[in-house]
Amino acid sequence: MFAYVLRRLGLSVVLLAVVVLATFLLHHALPGDPAAAVLGKQYTQAAAFEMRERLGLNDPLPWQFLHYVEAVVAGDLGRSHVSNQLVTRELARVLPATLELSVAALLVASFVGVGLGVFTATRPRTWWDVAGLTAALAGVSLPIFWLGFLALQGVGEGGLLAHATGLRGLPLGGRFSPAEYSLGPWLESHEGATGFLLWDTLFVARDPQVFLHVAKHLLLPTLVLSTVPMSVIARITRASVGEALLQDYVRTARAKGLPARTVVLRHALRNAAIPVVTSIGTQLGYLLGGAVLTETIFQWPGMGTYVVQAILNLDVKPLQACVLVVAVGFVFVNLIVDVSYAALDPRIRAGGGGA
Amino acid sequence: MSGGGARAVAFLRHHRPALVGTVLVALVLLTAAGGPAVIPHAPGDVFERFAEPGGSHPLGTDSQGYDLLARMVYGARTTLVIAVASMTLSLVLGTLVGAVAGFAGGVADMLLMRGVDVAMSFPSFLLAMVTVAVLGPRLENVIVAVGLVGAPVFARQVRAEVLRVVSEEYVVAARSLGLPATRVLFTHVLPNSLGPVIVLGTLGTGSAILSVAGLNFLGLGGDPYRVPEWGLILTQGWNKRPDANLQVAVAGLAIFVTVLGFNLLGDGLKDELDPRTRRR
Repeated sequence: MFAYVLRRLGLSVVLLAVVVLATFLLHHALPGDPAAAVLGKQYTQAAAFEMRERLGLNDPLPWQFLHYVEAVVAGDLGRSHVSNQLVTRELARVLPATLELSVAALLVASFVGVGLGVFTATRPRTWWDVAGLTAALAGVSLPIFWLGFLALQGVGEGGLLAHATGLRGLPLGGRFSPAEYSLGPWLESHEGATGFLLWDTLFVARDPQVFLHVAKHLLLPTLVLSTVPMSVIARITRASVGEALLQDYVRTARAKGLPARTVVLRHALRNAAIPVVTSIGTQLGYLLGGAVLTETIFQWPGMGTYVVQAILNLDVKPLQACVLVVAVGFVFVNLIVDVSYAALDPRIRAGGGGA
Repeated sequence: MSGGGARAVAFLRHHRPALVGTVLVALVLLTAAGGPAVIPHAPGDVFERFAEPGGSHPLGTDSQGYDLLARMVYGARTTLVIAVASMTLSLVLGTLVGAVAGFAGGVADMLLMRGVDVAMSFPSFLLAMVTVAVLGPRLENVIVAVGLVGAPVFARQVRAEVLRVVSEEYVVAARSLGLPATRVLFTHVLPNSLGPVIVLGTLGTGSAILSVAGLNFLGLGGDPYRVPEWGLILTQGWNKRPDANLQVAVAGLAIFVTVLGFNLLGDGLKDELDPRTRRR
């Protein structure tokens, strides 16, 4: 087990190095002159030359790379040339928003997905099974921004449900409605606030009313973002639990007279766990990237909307930083998934294969 | 070939979801091919803006006064062409990399597949976004980005197939006859490794439609009025909501139905070609 984890850790280190190199090269691959971008309207040839000198862009590439690595390791991700703010500071603002949304969506997707998968696997070839599988396939075929639009039209403020029942409907976007509360001052007025609003409202401010307000904002984006991962997890759970239920040990367990529940949960699901855990892990990676569309529809002030702005403005430093953060997160998630593999599968734990 | 046709009919008869998928894909193809001849207007004709649905505008007109039905029908063409172009880029690139890696083995295999591992260690949608950023926000670059990002999946699958086929007797025989490596690869190994590629290509067309639409939705496709493409049509509607709500609904529905068709068909083909799940 130890040797396996060590080897897997080595691979992660190599990947991290590649990620840092890739984000460095990204700077040079982007169109446009970074010096001109920083100068904006004050552009003259002389000023641009000086700025290039100051930004270190006239140095040899390997030298620039060393400086970049040094800065990244020291936690210096540069400044946005659009807002002129430190990127680390902006990330501290947008990252909690995306993480809160992604984790909430992954929790919903995992519980409902595994539940749906087990439910259909234990009723093979019934209408339940067909309906569940069809729903899951439809889930991976949906343009998620269209789903968001439909959800807003249905249950959002001024939507169909609101018209039919006279209820207010769910908020149309944002994490906080500025009309009622303002997020920035609210966070500043609470010492120890993390930016994870569910946590902050419940445990820092201890204000159930604001908690409800925040939860209402989170509900629709979470459900919309969870559809694709939920469907993928449901399909994989259905397939692997279905396969496990055909195995001899399940027949033995049934023959012993164990209750159906125990057979499914202790024997079938446990043996089917590896593909399910893998799919949950890869879906977290998907969420960190795929939240972009959901955030755009729901005006969620997270990393997704931040990275889109950076791309459209050719704002190099924020773009580099976002790619770096997501890729590093992805590498770590994959590491955790592979290690939990080992914990789940004695064959890998024994140090044998583990390809 | 008639044997293949008979097998296809038998397959569709047994596999209901694949039949539904085939019908959906066929409908979209039919719309793309014959639709423009049937509808009353061309996508470039300008009318009153935001005309109500009805009369000669069954779906109304958009914020520029274009007939929405005309744009949707021509959009079927562009959307399919774009998705197939992206998917083909993934397929050709991925198949080449996978085939060379699997066939050559050794250092070439190691280097190519580590490259694939690295590419797959980034979330693919983010990778596509960054690729468009590097190339510049234009529809052509969206096609290239989606194509590049889709290639690694093909590479892995083809390599695995090639490794399986290489040890088959007819390949060993061809090699021991002294045939050149490229000839063995292209006439013996590749044609026998392409079954799973058909499945991936079908599923890949669906996901290419979604990715292209997503990138266009984020504004990375450039000028939204250059061509009628479903993702762009949806985005135009989204930017003019609530007046253009119908436009968003219709464009999204078209994307959903088409992607669902490709996914149903692809899943069915996978079941049919995979001996493990076949007839169980």
